[in-house]
Amino acid sequence: MAEWFVAKVADMADGDRRIVTAGPHEIGVFHKDGAFYAYSNYCVHAGGPACEGILINKVVDIIAPDRTYQGQAFADELHFVCPWHGYEYDIKTGECVGNRRLKLRKYDVVRRGDDIFVVA
Amino acid sequence: MDMPRSEVRNLRFDEFSVEKHLEHAAQQARARNYQDFLIVDVDSHHYENESHRDIFSYIDNPVIRRAAMDSMGRTGRSAMLNSQVGYQDLDGRITRAQLRRFEKTSGDTHRDIVTTKRWMDAIGVDYACLFPTPMLFLGLHPQVEIEAALAQAYNRWLCERILAHEPRLVSMLYLPLNDPEAAYRTVQEFGDKRGVTGFMVTSPRYKPVHDNVYMKTYALLEEMGKPIAFHAAYNWDDRALGMTNRFISVHALGFMWFNMIHMANWVVNGLPERFPKLKVMWIESGLTWAYCLMQRLDHEFMMRTSDCPSLKRKPSEYMREMYYSTQPMEVPDDPSVLAATFKMINAETQLVWSSDYPHWDFDLPSVIYDLPFLGEQAKRNILGGNAAKLFGLDPKVVKKIP
Repeated sequence: MAEWFVAKVADMADGDRRIVTAGPHEIGVFHKDGAFYAYSNYCVHAGGPACEGILINKVVDIIAPDRTYQGQAFADELHFVCPWHGYEYDIKTGECVGNRRLKLRKYDVVRRGDDIFVVA
Repeated sequence: MDMPRSEVRNLRFDEFSVEKHLEHAAQQARARNYQDFLIVDVDSHHYENESHRDIFSYIDNPVIRRAAMDSMGRTGRSAMLNSQVGYQDLDGRITRAQLRRFEKTSGDTHRDIVTTKRWMDAIGVDYACLFPTPMLFLGLHPQVEIEAALAQAYNRWLCERILAHEPRLVSMLYLPLNDPEAAYRTVQEFGDKRGVTGFMVTSPRYKPVHDNVYMKTYALLEEMGKPIAFHAAYNWDDRALGMTNRFISVHALGFMWFNMIHMANWVVNGLPERFPKLKVMWIESGLTWAYCLMQRLDHEFMMRTSDCPSLKRKPSEYMREMYYSTQPMEVPDDPSVLAATFKMINAETQLVWSSDYPHWDFDLPSVIYDLPFLGEQAKRNILGGNAAKLFGLDPKVVKKIP
C-alpha cells in the first residue's frame, strides 16, 4: 500500500472531487460536508467511471399515513451517479443504492499537513 | 497492457471528450483483445435533428420543404415534427446527453462521422449500423405525407453526406410504412446505395405489418436480399402504455410492446412462409420478449392451428430463424436464465450485438464477451460474425482502439 497525492487541502473546496490514477487503481476522491471519501472509479455495472457523474440527493416517494401517494422529495442521503447508465451510490458508504450488497471498493484518505493523500 | 501511472484529474462539466468518457471501455477492449476480431454494432445512433437544416433541404415537395425550414427551432405545439414526453437522460444524471455538444471536432468531415468513429474505436467497434434518434417516433406522425417526405429526405441525406464518405458506417434506411407506395419506392431508390445494408421500420405505429399493401415491398426486399428490421421505441400516448406514470415503466414495456405485436402478426399471418428468404431482424427489445412470445404462441398454436393455417411449423421455429439485436440485454443474477434465452433464439447464429450508443442504456461488447456459458467462437459470432454475414461486410478488422 502506498499513499498517493490527491491535492492541497486549500485547493480542494467542499464539494470538490478529484480522480486519482494511482498505479493500477483509479479512484474518485470526494470532499463533501467536511469529510473525504474515496472509491474505485469503476462502476459495478459495466465498469463506467462511477465517480465522475453528478452529485444528487436520494429521491423518495412521499406516502401519507393513509398510504396514498403525495409526490416526491429529496432526502438527505447524497448520491453520486455513474454517468454511463445512472447507477447511484451512497457517498458515505459506496453502496450501490439499487442493491446495497454491491459496493465500490473504498480507499482510506489521510491528511499530511496541508496535503491530502489516498491510500492504495 | 495499461502502464501504472500517477495522475490527478479535476472534473469539468463544461467540456466533453468521448475518448475520455469511454476510457474504461477502451481499457476493456484492450484487455479482451478486441483488436483480434471483428465487432459489428447493428444498432447505434446519431442525432439527426442536429442536421435538420441540411436534411430538410433534401425534401422534394416544395410546400413541405418550406414548412420544414420555417419550423426550424420551433418546438412543442409549433413544431412540424412530432415527439414524445420522456426523460431518457434520467433528468441530467446521464451527463453525456447534454455534454456531448461540447465535443470538439475540426476539418471538413461531417461531425457525425468524426464523433461516431471516436466512440466506435473506444468501444472496439469495426462497423456500426447508424440510425436516427427523434425519427424513431415518426411513425406516429398524424400526417402520413410528413413521414414519407422526411424519410425520403433523411435517407438521401444519409446516403450522400454520411454513408458515401465513411465505409465503417452502414445503415438500414427508414421505411415510411404508413405510406405503402412510398415504402416501396424507398427500397427501389436506395436498395443498391453504398452502405445500405437493409431497411428499418420504426415499431411504434398503428398499421399492421401483415396488411396486403406491404407484400410487394417485402417481395422486393426478399428479391434484393436486403433484411428488414423493426426498431423498437415507445409511445406514451398509447392507450395501454398511457396508464404508466414513470419512464422506467413505459420504456421497459414499450420497447417490447410494439415488436411483440408486429412479431405476432408477422408469424401468425404466415409471412415467413410467404417470404422464406426475407431476413427479419428485431432491434432494441432485449431478448426476454422473444423467449416469452415463442412459448405463448407455441402453446396456443397447438390448439388453434385454424387461426394460422399458413404455418407448417410451430411459431417458435420461424422465430428461431430471425435475427435479434442484443441491447438492452437483460442480465439476470442467475446466468442459466440467460443461457436458456440464448438457446431458445439460437443465439450462436441469430443473435447480433448492438450498443445503442450514445443512448442512455447502451451496452458494451463485454456484455457478451464476459458471459460464462459462451465459447470464444460463439462470442465472436454474436459480436460481429453473424452481422457481417447478414450485412455482407468484409470481416477484416479496421478499428483502432486508443
